[in-house]
Amino acid sequence: MEMLRRMLALLAGDPQADRAVPPTGFTARLTLMSAAAMALLAVFALAMSLATGRLADRWSEELARTSTLRISAPADQMQGQTVAAVELLRTTPGVAEARPLTAEEQRALLEPWFGPDLPVETLPIPQLIEIIEEGDGYDPAGLRARLQAEVPGAILDDHGRWREPLVQAAGRLRLLAWVSMGLIALTTAAMITLAANAALSANAQVIRVMRLVGARDVYIARAFVRRFTLRALIGATAGTVLGMLAVLALPSTDVAGGFLTGLGFQGWHWLLPLTIPPLAALVSFFATRQAALRSLGEQS
Amino acid sequence: MIELDEVAYSYGGGELFSSVSLSLAPGTFHFLTGPSGAGKTTLLKLCYGELKATAGQVRLFGQDTRDLARDEVAQLRRRVGVVHQDCQFLDHLPVAENIAMPLTVSGREGTPEDLEALLGWVGLRCQAGQLPPELSGGERQRAALARAVIMSPDVILADEPTGNVDWDMSQRLLTLLIELNRMGKTVLIATHDLGLIRAAKSQVEARVLRLKDRRIQAAGANL
Ligand SMILES: Nc1ncnc2c1ncn2[C@@H]1O[C@H](COP(=O)(O)OP(=O)(O)O)[C@@H](O)[C@H]1O
Ligand SMILES: [Mg+2]
Repeated sequence: MEMLRRMLALLAGDPQADRAVPPTGFTARLTLMSAAAMALLAVFALAMSLATGRLADRWSEELARTSTLRISAPADQMQGQTVAAVELLRTTPGVAEARPLTAEEQRALLEPWFGPDLPVETLPIPQLIEIIEEGDGYDPAGLRARLQAEVPGAILDDHGRWREPLVQAAGRLRLLAWVSMGLIALTTAAMITLAANAALSANAQVIRVMRLVGARDVYIARAFVRRFTLRALIGATAGTVLGMLAVLALPSTDVAGGFLTGLGFQGWHWLLPLTIPPLAALVSFFATRQAALRSLGEQS
Repeated sequence: MIELDEVAYSYGGGELFSSVSLSLAPGTFHFLTGPSGAGKTTLLKLCYGELKATAGQVRLFGQDTRDLARDEVAQLRRRVGVVHQDCQFLDHLPVAENIAMPLTVSGREGTPEDLEALLGWVGLRCQAGQLPPELSGGERQRAALARAVIMSPDVILADEPTGNVDWDMSQRLLTLLIELNRMGKTVLIATHDLGLIRAAKSQVEARVLRLKDRRIQAAGANL
């Protein structure tokens, strides 16, 4: 908290201290450019992390939810086979609940294709049984074998299962995105430290004179820290805006039926990239402060 | 004010001087003289804490400079006005801002009238807005003197303040330093210019210290 207060006071500024250090074009440009580039990358990494997070959530939700059993049988056997299948499922370990869909539910499922007035009861369409799993789920191979023996018209559709490796992959991608953001922060700190050190050694004479007139280390450091923090803030803001515009311009992938997810930000997630410029300023503040105090200690 | 007790200093080779003892009492006026390379500048640097003695003790306002951290030296330096041999300025800032720099770095506000008066005292009113590289040698020396006294320090250490100026200008600078001494400041001037010392002796009671053969000697009245 104390640190934050000091940082804000610093940004509010002591223009006199600023003037003591002559501006150096080269380090200024280096800081601005690298902060902008890093912020742009951070926006992309953040977008990727959020998108892969959504993907993993959606897929694992579907995976956990249900599978379906489809019973295709001649009309007169339908009722009997359905009852048999439900009975069998109730005694299967890993199945929490098995429930035949009602005619209304089945009609609702078909409605997008056939319209609202479909007389489902008169059509030879299969009966669907929704299976809700519990624990680690059931053993699909074992269940199939038993169904084949007892309910010949049943077909088990555990479509969720093949997505399991994809969920894992999405999780990995998200981890990768987080690691990228960490590396971006570290690289930013390193670049700004280099630029600050260049500025400090370019201004060795100025520092000497300031010492001679009684300036303390923190005072001298402040002039540098303020300048670099402001530059990082400005550069990162520009980079973030560009990055957000680029994400906004990404084509929507929602047409893929909700299987993929949009790569952009959704809803309040649009606010998250706005934290990048202040974070960049924070990184720059500590990096420059560290560099300045260390280098002033050496130049004694 | 400043006391040296059996002080020795070496830059790594042989000792530049050894067993130097001296004491600057408040309100006194001293000259430090000696041939070029005798170590006058070095001795002054010891006095304001820029260098630390290799043996013996240097006390600045009663504090041993060896015990002081760099920031504490910076703090004490606000009470010591130094005119450096090679007057160093921030070349990108106008003269007036350079002169006010000690106030700026200590977070104090000087009034514009005070600065104006000080500039008038050293005769630099017209040059206030110029950059240091545009000044002549004498103007630089006067600007350095103004910067040294702006904090109204108790002690003024001047290293060859008349180094590269003509005789008239050196008399003006000397007069300024004598005025400061009359205001109660302790003044120490390092110079190899014996003419300057002679000129001063008629106006102020000055003690002359001579740095020679690694020792300090009090010089007689007859230079
Ligand atoms: N930073 C330094 N490193 C090594 N030797 C130095 C340094 N500064 C001065 N000297 C040497 O110390 C001696 C005294 O220098 P100085 O104190 O400047 O003498 P003065 O001011 O009396 O002319 C000179 O021989 C000079 O070469
Ligand atoms: Mg000298």
